[in-house]
Amino acid sequence: MSTPYAKLPAWADYGLIPVINLAVAFVVAGFVVMLVGENPFRAAVILVEGAFGKGQGIAFTLFYATTFIFSGLSVAVAAHCGLFNIGGEGQGYIAGLGIGIVCLAFDSVLPWWLTFPIAIIAAAAMGALWALIPAYLQAKRGSHIVITTIMFNFIAASVMVYALVGFLKPPSSMAPQTRTFLDGAQLPKLNWVIELFGAKIRSAPLNISFLLALVMAFLVWLLIWRTRLGYEMRTYGHSPKAARYAGISETRIIIIAMMISGALAGMMALNPTMGDQHNVALDFVSGAGFVGIAVALMGRLHPVGIVLAAILFGMLYQGGAELAFEMPAISRDMIVIIQGLVILFAGALEHMFRPYVQALFASISPRSVGIEAAKGKGA
Amino acid sequence: MAQAAIELIGINKSFGAVRANRDINLEIVRGTIHGIVGENGAGKSTLMSILYGFYQADSGEIRVGGKPASIKTPNDAIALGIGMVHQHFMLVDNFTVLENVILGAESDALLTKSIAKARSELERLEREYGLEVDPDAIIEELPVGLQQRVEILKALYRGAEILILDEPTGVLTPAEADHLFRILKQLKEQGKTVVLITHKLREIMAITDTVSVMRQGTMVATRETRKTTVEELAELMVGRRVLLRVEKGEAEAGGVKLAVKNLTVKDSRGVTMVDDISFDIRAGEIVGIAGVAGNGQSELLEAISGIRRAVSGSVMLDGKPIDLTGAADPGELRDRGLAHVPEDRHHVGLVLAFEENENSILGYHDDPRYLKGPFLDIDAIRNDARDKITKYDIRPADCRLKTANFSGGNQQKIVLAREMEQDPGVLIVGQPTRGVDVGAIEFIHKRLIAMRDQGKAVLVVSVELDEIRSLSDRILVMFAGRIVGERGPEATEGELGLLMAGVEQREAAE
Repeated sequence: MSTPYAKLPAWADYGLIPVINLAVAFVVAGFVVMLVGENPFRAAVILVEGAFGKGQGIAFTLFYATTFIFSGLSVAVAAHCGLFNIGGEGQGYIAGLGIGIVCLAFDSVLPWWLTFPIAIIAAAAMGALWALIPAYLQAKRGSHIVITTIMFNFIAASVMVYALVGFLKPPSSMAPQTRTFLDGAQLPKLNWVIELFGAKIRSAPLNISFLLALVMAFLVWLLIWRTRLGYEMRTYGHSPKAARYAGISETRIIIIAMMISGALAGMMALNPTMGDQHNVALDFVSGAGFVGIAVALMGRLHPVGIVLAAILFGMLYQGGAELAFEMPAISRDMIVIIQGLVILFAGALEHMFRPYVQALFASISPRSVGIEAAKGKGA
Repeated sequence: MAQAAIELIGINKSFGAVRANRDINLEIVRGTIHGIVGENGAGKSTLMSILYGFYQADSGEIRVGGKPASIKTPNDAIALGIGMVHQHFMLVDNFTVLENVILGAESDALLTKSIAKARSELERLEREYGLEVDPDAIIEELPVGLQQRVEILKALYRGAEILILDEPTGVLTPAEADHLFRILKQLKEQGKTVVLITHKLREIMAITDTVSVMRQGTMVATRETRKTTVEELAELMVGRRVLLRVEKGEAEAGGVKLAVKNLTVKDSRGVTMVDDISFDIRAGEIVGIAGVAGNGQSELLEAISGIRRAVSGSVMLDGKPIDLTGAADPGELRDRGLAHVPEDRHHVGLVLAFEENENSILGYHDDPRYLKGPFLDIDAIRNDARDKITKYDIRPADCRLKTANFSGGNQQKIVLAREMEQDPGVLIVGQPTRGVDVGAIEFIHKRLIAMRDQGKAVLVVSVELDEIRSLSDRILVMFAGRIVGERGPEATEGELGLLMAGVEQREAAE
């Protein structure tokens, strides 16, 4: 028996349902804020103003969003091929190794616009390589990609500790991080764009890798929906049997999809290292790889949705930091709870309200759900 | 005096904008076998689901034994003495028959009492209705016919007076189906009421007392079976006259297109499913493979189309060998002119989440016609899809619609259009009309015969014996992985049925 749900128009599917999910997440978060004795409305105002109120806040929001766009795209590419890559964290982290080596080698001799492309390639290559091994094990040995990519997160963390207390660290330093990159490996800021609109920015790390993220979002769209490779990936993602029938090699498609996914995860390392801290430090990814899973799910695996979801999470990060500062009762952990609620409602419970919305649509205007004839309910 | 076991009065049910049942009135007389026929999507299953408590009617009344009844869950239905045997069995494969029968009706924690009670009850049911099954057998070790019997036992054990069977013969051999019908007749004699949902009109004629026909959510007619004909029922179902048997000329078989020699295929568990099979298909003929589902036909199709690796054997396509034991993949076979309409269109032949036009290139997405460099040529793909939609009368005629939203018959046409329009030399088709409504069956059969008349070699595998007999120029019967006989299209159903059941040729001749 097929599900008797009517189909929704696209705007409701991609716009209304995420908004409802988000609203519910905020209502529940509001109750949590009330529990700790603060005014939820004032908290909401601080959160939103902190994220979008001033130029400074906007720049920070977009800075955080940059990393999330990369990690969200990474998850989405793999997901379109039916693979759950939760190794973005490790792939992004290990990419820091490539970036560190490239930047330390070239920052004194090349201008940033030459170092940047080399670093992009190095980051993508390291990320892709880190995804290649789990991909190969999945394709050839049937080792589950979820398990292997998790394990590779730990391996990446250990490798990075080894590198950062070893050869990447300047000999005299006590801190497990590289020396500060010179101008040749510092990405130009984009704050002036926001200042064009009249906002004032003291200092914010928003940089040119934001534009790279947008370009990648477009390229991912092109890849998934407009190329033969994307077609093959989607076929395999929806139905491995249909892919076999269509003559698509399972091994090849798994490995390619995972390497692209890993490359995108690797690129997220550019933003915090070359764009912000100007070094490679211990644990610089700090969970952005995992946030990418929520971003990708909330963005319905579509690049446009991912960009929007990434900005939302950027807002939660930036506004949350402001909130923790303004309201002492709300600690950083509270912010994590709020983020968790958003992930819960937008990601895990994505379909919770769908049946009700569909029933509503069907009752308001049967034609809008666009069904022509009875189908699939037969014996 | 005839008394109504069930009365449905003015039942309406909509799913969104779809009116699956409108204003249905139906009276089922106690102690009869009542057939309900209709095309896919006509609303038969919905109606029975309402009766069994899976769905609630939007409006209307159900009366059981003359009293208004409220059926909100299957448990309510069971309490009212309504039992259902589903098309896909609801059995726990690694439980015994006895354990399955008491499942959901257990009364004590250690089950000792339940089991003892069930055992004596089963013995009584077996005696009364001829439903012999070993109560201690494990379900997965039983043939489908017996599994179905367990489903019937489950319903009777729960005190069913009214038994609903949804497409019960789809998985049975003709002999098993006959046995089922004998059981149903026995149930009727004992005063039980049987509702039989099917699309096989012959079964309706053979066993029912009364038949109701549904079309597009409405009940179009109820007839006494004695006073109607197959032709009349088919016409009522479809709403127009239908050719039940395709007309075709003599085959003009040419040279051998596909030669299969000593092919052996194992399934994923390592069990030999195709055992040393050899046959030829010539240009301009349709070869049909008959057999009960699960006798190796699926594995044979998968091996010939390159989806599943063969263990040994050789296959020649147009006189040139294909290495099915290793290198060959479906893409290469397609390039060499072998097209394949797979049995399972939902998971293999189509990607249901894709738009129609995306499915119309599945497997041919490497074709330069559909590409601009590494990019898909969206315009070319959509135009091509629109052409096929027109040519194969695929409805709705919207190449951007999600494939899952097409009916079974139209989905099958999407696959057929894709494979036939590539002008292949050899076409292999698995279950050409499974889950396809009567009107589309006629269309598909005509197309297959047109392919044959153009000099193509066509291999058809079907569990529908009627289909095999009406399409094929030669019939091969598969049993337990072997070809146990070859017959002409004039072979009788009984003769083929015996072969399908594995009865040796010599015995069959006696």
